Amino acid sequence: MILLSLISILFVGGLIAWASESVDANYPRVVALIAIIIELAVVVLLLLNDAGEGGWVASIDAPWIPRFGISFYLAADGLSVLMIALTAFLGLIAVGSAWAEITERTGFFYFNLLWTLAGVIGVFTALDLFLFFFFWEVMLIPMYLIIAIWGHENKSYAAMKFFIFTQVSGMLMLIAIVMMAYLHYIEFGELSFNYQDLLNVSVANPLQFWIMLGFFIGFATKLPSVPFHAWLPDAHSQAPTAGSVILAGVLLKTGAYGLIRFVIPLFPEASTQFAPFAMGLAAFSILYCAKVAFAQSDIKRLIAYTSVSHMGFVTLGIYAWNEQSLQGAIITMLAHGLSAAALFMLAGGLQHRIHTRNMNEMGGFWVHAPRMAVVTMFFSIAALGMPGLGNFVGEFLVLLGAFQVNTYATVASAFGLILASVYSLWVIQKVFQGGYSDSRFEVSKLRDLDRREMFYFALMMFGLIWMGLYPQPFLNLAEPVLASLLASTQSAAMAATLTTGAGL
Amino acid sequence: MISFDDLLPLLPLLIVSLTVVITMIAIGIRRSFILSGTLTILGLLLAAFVAMLMLPWTDQQVTPLLIIDQYSLLFTVISCVASMFIAVFSFPYFCKLDDNKEEFYLLIGLATVGAIVMVSSNHFVSTVLGLETLSMSLYGMIAYPLHSKDTANYPLEASVKYLILSAAASCFILFGMALIYAQTGTLSFTSLAALDPEFGLSEGYTVVALLLVSTGMAFKLSLAPFHLWTPDVYEGSPLPATAYLATVGKMAMAVLLLRFLASTEALSFGAIPIAFSLIAITSIIIGNLLALLQENLKRILAYSSIAHMGYLLIAVVASYVTIGGISVEAISFYLVAYVVMSLGAFSILSVVSSSEHEINQVADYQGLFWRSPWLATMLIAMLLSLAGIPLTVGFIGKFYIFFAGVESSLWVLLAALVIGSGIGLYYYLRIVYIIIQPLRTQDKINFPVAGIESLSSYFVIGLLFFMLILLGVYPSPLVTLIESASSFI
Repeated sequence: MILLSLISILFVGGLIAWASESVDANYPRVVALIAIIIELAVVVLLLLNDAGEGGWVASIDAPWIPRFGISFYLAADGLSVLMIALTAFLGLIAVGSAWAEITERTGFFYFNLLWTLAGVIGVFTALDLFLFFFFWEVMLIPMYLIIAIWGHENKSYAAMKFFIFTQVSGMLMLIAIVMMAYLHYIEFGELSFNYQDLLNVSVANPLQFWIMLGFFIGFATKLPSVPFHAWLPDAHSQAPTAGSVILAGVLLKTGAYGLIRFVIPLFPEASTQFAPFAMGLAAFSILYCAKVAFAQSDIKRLIAYTSVSHMGFVTLGIYAWNEQSLQGAIITMLAHGLSAAALFMLAGGLQHRIHTRNMNEMGGFWVHAPRMAVVTMFFSIAALGMPGLGNFVGEFLVLLGAFQVNTYATVASAFGLILASVYSLWVIQKVFQGGYSDSRFEVSKLRDLDRREMFYFALMMFGLIWMGLYPQPFLNLAEPVLASLLASTQSAAMAATLTTGAGL
Repeated sequence: MISFDDLLPLLPLLIVSLTVVITMIAIGIRRSFILSGTLTILGLLLAAFVAMLMLPWTDQQVTPLLIIDQYSLLFTVISCVASMFIAVFSFPYFCKLDDNKEEFYLLIGLATVGAIVMVSSNHFVSTVLGLETLSMSLYGMIAYPLHSKDTANYPLEASVKYLILSAAASCFILFGMALIYAQTGTLSFTSLAALDPEFGLSEGYTVVALLLVSTGMAFKLSLAPFHLWTPDVYEGSPLPATAYLATVGKMAMAVLLLRFLASTEALSFGAIPIAFSLIAITSIIIGNLLALLQENLKRILAYSSIAHMGYLLIAVVASYVTIGGISVEAISFYLVAYVVMSLGAFSILSVVSSSEHEINQVADYQGLFWRSPWLATMLIAMLLSLAGIPLTVGFIGKFYIFFAGVESSLWVLLAALVIGSGIGLYYYLRIVYIIIQPLRTQDKINFPVAGIESLSSYFVIGLLFFMLILLGVYPSPLVTLIESASSFI
């Protein structure tokens, strides 16, 4: 029930926010804030729940379309709970970042924002693959509307590209999902989209590889990983700040979550085969996008490319598939969620003040906006992987775990840390250091961060420092989930080797 | 001798026929648009209601011509309800027309008679009778005199085009039937797979005959490469006529095609599934590609209907590969979904249009979302449903097609479906994007102020929207109904 309330609070909150606009244009943001705060309270309740059988903290299972064996099956374990907490937290941040920026059609904006979040929470909790796909697509439409209505100069193109990329790759995933259900039918005589049932399906190898690829393309587009990343810089740079926060902080994580939850457990053998390729792709993403980021003059595009680069570490960690690397991937997801969201907020804040994202026109802002400069400095340093902050813990664990599996990819990826320092400090130099020229921007426009903004940034700083200095609570939450995932895939691999051994 | 018991299953058909007669007499006595409209709507409603009551227990061959079983009754219900909806929203559309407009309802009623015969037909004679009744009424509906340059630009051109091409298609069907008759000696749908080679002509003639019939039916379903009439006829006709042609007309034809293919086992001849696969792929690709550059909503819907019929054919091909699989249900569900969403789109177009002035340029809809949010939300929902996005019935329909395709391992067709839907997203989203853009200030498009006469249309639109979402979120009841009805095919 608690999971259902997590989703319905946001759905209902969105509707109320939309309706409240007709009373007063300022009400929707208050409604949205209240909804998110209730949501956070429920998440805390969820964290207090003890894990039941199989590590599931909470679950709900009701028949939905019995003809296809589809049920309304939501469940959360430590991994989901971490992701839900991140979603709710960044929801709060997103409402905060939209607070002053969105002044037109506020009701519909917060409606879309809350519905996106509801879809994301659905994705993180759905354990029926049809339901999962349902939420996967449901979160797209409000996001499309956010970009298309409140976006910047090239919003039509960006919104369309975002939607078509994710939808088409999603359809490949739908085919793969349907194939899994059908294979379950062939093997056990009934259709089922239930995750637990599908884990038992044994698929012969060439077919398993193709189905795995369907899922991989769906998730890698969202993640994004290199050949499928083209939508992301456009979507990020055109979206309003709150949209970027949600995109970078939460939506990208659904792809990584899908890889951990579905791709590798469902297709252990094919994934093992595919791992060197995926890790190579990850290393390439890390280096290539870091390099491309360096060539950007649009500050939001730059941060977008660094997102792709950082998410490469997540892919690397997931496909190394041992405990350290997976822990690292999860911490990186959380830490990157916070640091990327903060950087997008800063970039959005800059754009809101001076109406440009072009870094070549900026410079010397430290004098007039010292708080903003320090905050940017903090998050840039977090992003480049300074020890003591969350990103370092995550990326270090990923590299540690991946080194045991694939030395070449890991060594190559490690260079990404150096490139990260280069582009992060480059941003600081370009924007905040150097000489300030009055001719381009009036000083009055360049307001420093106000208290409300400082509060949000302080929250995120606190999160990053917590993860950097004492990551144990996060690791503890994820640990049992990862242990059972690792055990199940190992036994599957073992069974596979046994059967092939018997065959010989 | 036909007894009363034999006639009982024909009750929906008789009710609709009687409605037409009564309406005609009423018009003869006194011309009143509202009266003839009410009579037609009530008659169709009654027929739908009776058919729904008969649904659970009727399974009977009535004369050699008509089969009344759950499947035909299900689609009788849908035909009647859809026709009724069209009748409802053609009222505000026509009510300002300064000419004889009562006959439009006669034509709707007559066309529905044809549609009911088609969905109940398992005999070539009833096929031709139903088909021609429907088509003849449509000629009249398409060419309905509107006198306004701003509405249907070329009603006469559209009607003549449809008349000639439709007649040509009927000729193909008739010639195919003749060849099949030469083989089997019977006009009812029977299996052609197990024919005695000693009798009749050789197998090659059977294949040619089936191809001829399929060609004719593909014409009516506007499948590529037989689709050339579609955009012009859609654009040239009055909106309610377009809506009728696009929904009830195509649905009845698709049901007939399905029954024809299933009874004759036509797909067991190697050439036929290949032909259908090719038609499906061309329809999906051509329909979606040509829709990209259109500026007229009616034309976009025309091309999108070509693509949708292509998706449908994937399940038709699958029905042969995996016998007893999900494909018949997939076809049925997709048809229902298609009727709901296209009817929804057309009803919204027609509620902002009138016989004086049709608003069907995409650009005219700019800012609709801020002008009338409810109407725009519903139009967006219909478009997203056509694009197959979850929360709508279109997604469940597409899911069915995916399932049928996977079950029968039709990878090439599924690839076409994915590519086609990807292209399709672009033009649906383009319309959505225009709807949510800010209002244009300089040139005001005159959306007619909704008067009291459109109240019922808004009710119909609301109902269709409700069905679109309900069936998209909780499709179980319909799924169960279709599952049991499909076992009759």
